[in-house]
Amino acid sequence: MPTTAANSRPAAGDVLVLVGTTKGAFIASSDASRRTWKLDGPHFPGESVYSVALDQRAGRTRTLVGAHSNHWGSTIRLSDDFGRSWTGPERQAVRFPESSGMSLTQVWQITPGRPDEPDVVYCGVEPAALFQSRDAGESWAPVDALLTHEHRARWMPGGGGLCLHTIILDSNNRDRMGIAISTAGFYRTDDGGRTWRPRNAGVRAVYLPNQYPEFGQCVHKVVNHPSRPERLFLQNHWGLYRSDDWGESWQDIANGVPSDFGFAMQMHPHDPDTVYIVPIKSDEFRVVPEQKLRVYRTRDAGQSWEPLTHGLPQQQSFESVLRDGLTADSHDPAGIYFGTRSGKLFASADAGANWTTIADALPPVCCVKAVVVGAA
Amino acid sequence: MSISVIVPGALTRYTRGIGTLVVDAPCATVAEALAAIATRLPALTDRVLTEQGELRRHVNVFVGDESIRFMDGLATTVSDGATITIVPAVSGG
Repeated sequence: MPTTAANSRPAAGDVLVLVGTTKGAFIASSDASRRTWKLDGPHFPGESVYSVALDQRAGRTRTLVGAHSNHWGSTIRLSDDFGRSWTGPERQAVRFPESSGMSLTQVWQITPGRPDEPDVVYCGVEPAALFQSRDAGESWAPVDALLTHEHRARWMPGGGGLCLHTIILDSNNRDRMGIAISTAGFYRTDDGGRTWRPRNAGVRAVYLPNQYPEFGQCVHKVVNHPSRPERLFLQNHWGLYRSDDWGESWQDIANGVPSDFGFAMQMHPHDPDTVYIVPIKSDEFRVVPEQKLRVYRTRDAGQSWEPLTHGLPQQQSFESVLRDGLTADSHDPAGIYFGTRSGKLFASADAGANWTTIADALPPVCCVKAVVVGAA
Repeated sequence: MSISVIVPGALTRYTRGIGTLVVDAPCATVAEALAAIATRLPALTDRVLTEQGELRRHVNVFVGDESIRFMDGLATTVSDGATITIVPAVSGG
């Protein structure tokens, strides 16, 4: 169980779990053993935090938080000392141009760029747009080709709004990356963001008369592994899929899961065949199936899935986990973490075999990101 | 011309702690008064107006005792000696 608000500077090898909730951000920290945790926060009390990141490239230790005040709007806040102090431009740096007619609602994703572009950071926002920073998050500019995309007028907001929530990079190709929008689907660029094409062939849209449109899917999350960037895993609004060709085609991999509905999806940090999900019963009843809180893991790229339950409540559980509520650290064995809408934060220090509770009464958890201090 | 603009406590971090601003520049509407403030305190008006210059959904602005939502919005006229009050709306979760 946590102790509160000890905020000493972490050492190399320590693990930080950055937690965004509907009422602020928290930072859980532990040494590499990951047996005991300290909890610091809330940062930005009263503000909802849907995106967090820790950028450790180029000698930085920069925490980035997308904080949303219901009254005063959204902004990205920065800390270079693990949350002891926060800076960030006084002006709201993520701004839609006047010509777009749009205004920022929420920052849904913050993704540091590739290691060889250490000052580049991306963020995905609502209304759906991608912004890029070339100065490590100080200033931002929209990616125009998505802002003015010919499909935009036909993108429809999902339950969380029309949000660009997922950003994945090709570790081998600086011109290629992918994004996912609810509800528009998965789009890919092969020319550094100048053009974007939908890549949803085989992904079902159960709520449309044509269930296999070119775009319009409600993709909830897409992940890939840097050692095999062309292989993508996708958690859909109904449907689990894998692509082995950067989204050119998708295959159903819902083999043995209690439901293929869900939001959260996390790649194992070291094994490109291992992925974690938290199945949800249905779109109409968004709780875990059979009142059992289970993380499911595949270790064969989706040919089979196994439930991970030891230490998780297996009766009378009505939890749900949002799309960014599941994360992994980069230790070996990997630490896996997730937060629930009822404010519980769970941790496994052995890749999911056993689970403990870091915190059990946080505000509803929107996002969780785990990092090992000193690991770029 | 002198118009007072009362700033909520949550936003005084963007006004160097000042709770009541004075606008001396000529301005005929709330929008013009806020634009005058934006020239010296843009971080403040960022919290009140969107990028498109619209009043944020959960922010209320009053001229005297009347909300501009029930008048002419940001085009509501102001006269010398008026008081504009910026208030967070009753909302939350």
